[in-house]
Amino acid sequence: MSANDKILLAHGGGGRLTDELIRNVILSTLGNYSLNKLTDSAEIKIGQTNVCFTTDSFVVKPLFFNGGDIGKLAVCGTINDLAVSGSKPLVLSLSLILEEGLEIEVLRKVLHSAARAAKEENVEIVCGDTKVVEAGSADKLFINTSGIGLKLLKADIGFERIAAGDKIIVSGTIGDHGMTIMSHREGMKFESEMKSDCGSVAQICANVIDALGEDIKFMRDPTRGGLAATLNEIVNQIELGIEIQESQIPVNPTVKAAADMLGFDILEIANEGKVVIVVSAQKAQKCLEICKQCEKGKEAATIGQVVKNGEPLVELVTKIKGRRIVQMPYGRELPRIC
Amino acid sequence: MLDRINIAYSQIDKAHKLLGRRINVMEVCGTHTVSVFRAGLREAFPKGLKLLSGPGCPVCVTDQGYIDVVLSLAERDDCLIATYGDMIRVPGRKGSLERKADRGNIKIILSAQDALNLAKQNPGKKVLFVAVGFETTAPATAIVVNEAMQQGIKNLFIFSNHKLVVPAMQALLLDKNNKIDAFLCPGHVSVIIGSDAYKPVVEQFKKPCVVAGFEPMQIIEALAEICRQIVDGKPQACSLYSAVVTGAGNKTAQKIIEETFDAVDGYWRGLGQINKSTLKLKEKFSSLDAEKHFKVEFIPQEDITGCRCGQVLCGLIDPPECGLFAKSCTPDTPVGPCMVSSEGACAAWFKYARRKRQK
Repeated sequence: MSANDKILLAHGGGGRLTDELIRNVILSTLGNYSLNKLTDSAEIKIGQTNVCFTTDSFVVKPLFFNGGDIGKLAVCGTINDLAVSGSKPLVLSLSLILEEGLEIEVLRKVLHSAARAAKEENVEIVCGDTKVVEAGSADKLFINTSGIGLKLLKADIGFERIAAGDKIIVSGTIGDHGMTIMSHREGMKFESEMKSDCGSVAQICANVIDALGEDIKFMRDPTRGGLAATLNEIVNQIELGIEIQESQIPVNPTVKAAADMLGFDILEIANEGKVVIVVSAQKAQKCLEICKQCEKGKEAATIGQVVKNGEPLVELVTKIKGRRIVQMPYGRELPRIC
Repeated sequence: MLDRINIAYSQIDKAHKLLGRRINVMEVCGTHTVSVFRAGLREAFPKGLKLLSGPGCPVCVTDQGYIDVVLSLAERDDCLIATYGDMIRVPGRKGSLERKADRGNIKIILSAQDALNLAKQNPGKKVLFVAVGFETTAPATAIVVNEAMQQGIKNLFIFSNHKLVVPAMQALLLDKNNKIDAFLCPGHVSVIIGSDAYKPVVEQFKKPCVVAGFEPMQIIEALAEICRQIVDGKPQACSLYSAVVTGAGNKTAQKIIEETFDAVDGYWRGLGQINKSTLKLKEKFSSLDAEKHFKVEFIPQEDITGCRCGQVLCGLIDPPECGLFAKSCTPDTPVGPCMVSSEGACAAWFKYARRKRQK
């Protein structure tokens, strides 16, 4: 990146440009052992206790959508980052950036929703901050949440633990959140048939770790950039390939139709209540059963496996038995979905 | 489904044996290009058939000179540029619309109607509508042109570079280097123009023209139909997408195109000038005509050095044969339009085809 480059929307899209910005501008300035790992949360030792610490900002537009709102999203998003890191979420901070002119009633509604989501997950919001900016300097309401979780003793999660033969499980249908938001914005008529999956995956994560311990190799919530981004982040770190089966990937047919109509690849569409789990082949079936027993994992499926043949690529075997690679998305298509 | 695939593949094998060489089918439409790649069809097909990507991506066939004019108008403080998303990353000689977007005057629109709304919401600005696309988007532009006239809108200007598909197909076949045995015809365009519109191509050049939908199975069966016609020696213009594409097409849409535009000679990237292939506003709409209002004229420009998009979209080479492909030209740093547009052959090839990963 040169001195004259400017920030593009695609730098926030969770794809290749985001990655470039993080590596070339942020890590080159702020990088350290913990930050450089680019995991969903940092693991810190305080005394004899291992805790996970993470932060996330939320700028979704519209503020309210079918299945959730920015308040619920802000709480669940940070809870999910803690949960997929193998920790039990304990406390959150919640900071607001408000635009002059925002109706107090809107704020109240968002905060009620955040409180409800936190209560459901037994997480307390223990600190926060409020700033107001002039009309036009922000779009209504932005939220930042940070969170601390207690590392689960049985959790042993990391890219380095992934091996050829491991199975890939996704906890339910993909693309629901991103397509709900985009259809809403574009006024598509099947919007009402779609619902964001905005929610917590903490129960699924805790249950699979509790039952299977170190057989759970890695977990990540496939948010911006969708399944395509998450799987590519994995192969970039492990120098092994991943092969997934199109016919096994759970998708809501309306969501698929909307994505096709707008020309999107469903694999690149964001989720806000799903987790991708890499599990040993021996325990994959058990892991799938545990997911399915959870309320939010009923439609979980084993979609593929880690393979060792040739290059570290994500490859999709299509329904008609063709093959193609799945790349890290560019990121431009999906501004402000979370 | 696999049975149907096998039947189709055996039809392809039969035609391959009969001809004693590979059959080259051009998919004219960018949406087909993407569908084919997404389904992994290229690698799954019998070896006797090859798909050539054609000039069916509106962004890709737009001449460099047109883009340079849009970029120069984007620098004016009194102008808002209303454009479809795919256009914003096409590089011109002075950057791209995306790189100019920080001034806030580049507006991505989803329909022509949005451009009209933009003009109404911004009475103090001149809204330039970057009107590209084939017969699919031309009717929507035509409707907006007529509405703007009726409503007396004074600040909307149409920079029309709408293209017609059939003249391009004919131009491709007139090139003696062409390798095309048949056309897989575009689903969306054919909804408007109808499958009969391809009859002149079949009559003049004896090449099958088969319209297909975008599902992988529909594409496979259309290719089998093409092979059947080759084996029988009876090329036809027909539609396998009969639920939506009729022989006559959409007469209402055709009528409004005819009433709003004149088909004039126009420049295409890669193909050069093609007779009566480009739609310009009729004289009676000249107050809305951006070229007249801003007194701009686009002069066809050579492609950027080394870029072979022109040959890619004529089906003469596959993208990896271009020296820039996946080296200096990638979706993050596109040199030519075929790498920019989500429906461009180079972008699809880069995104979906297997190749050595560049670190």
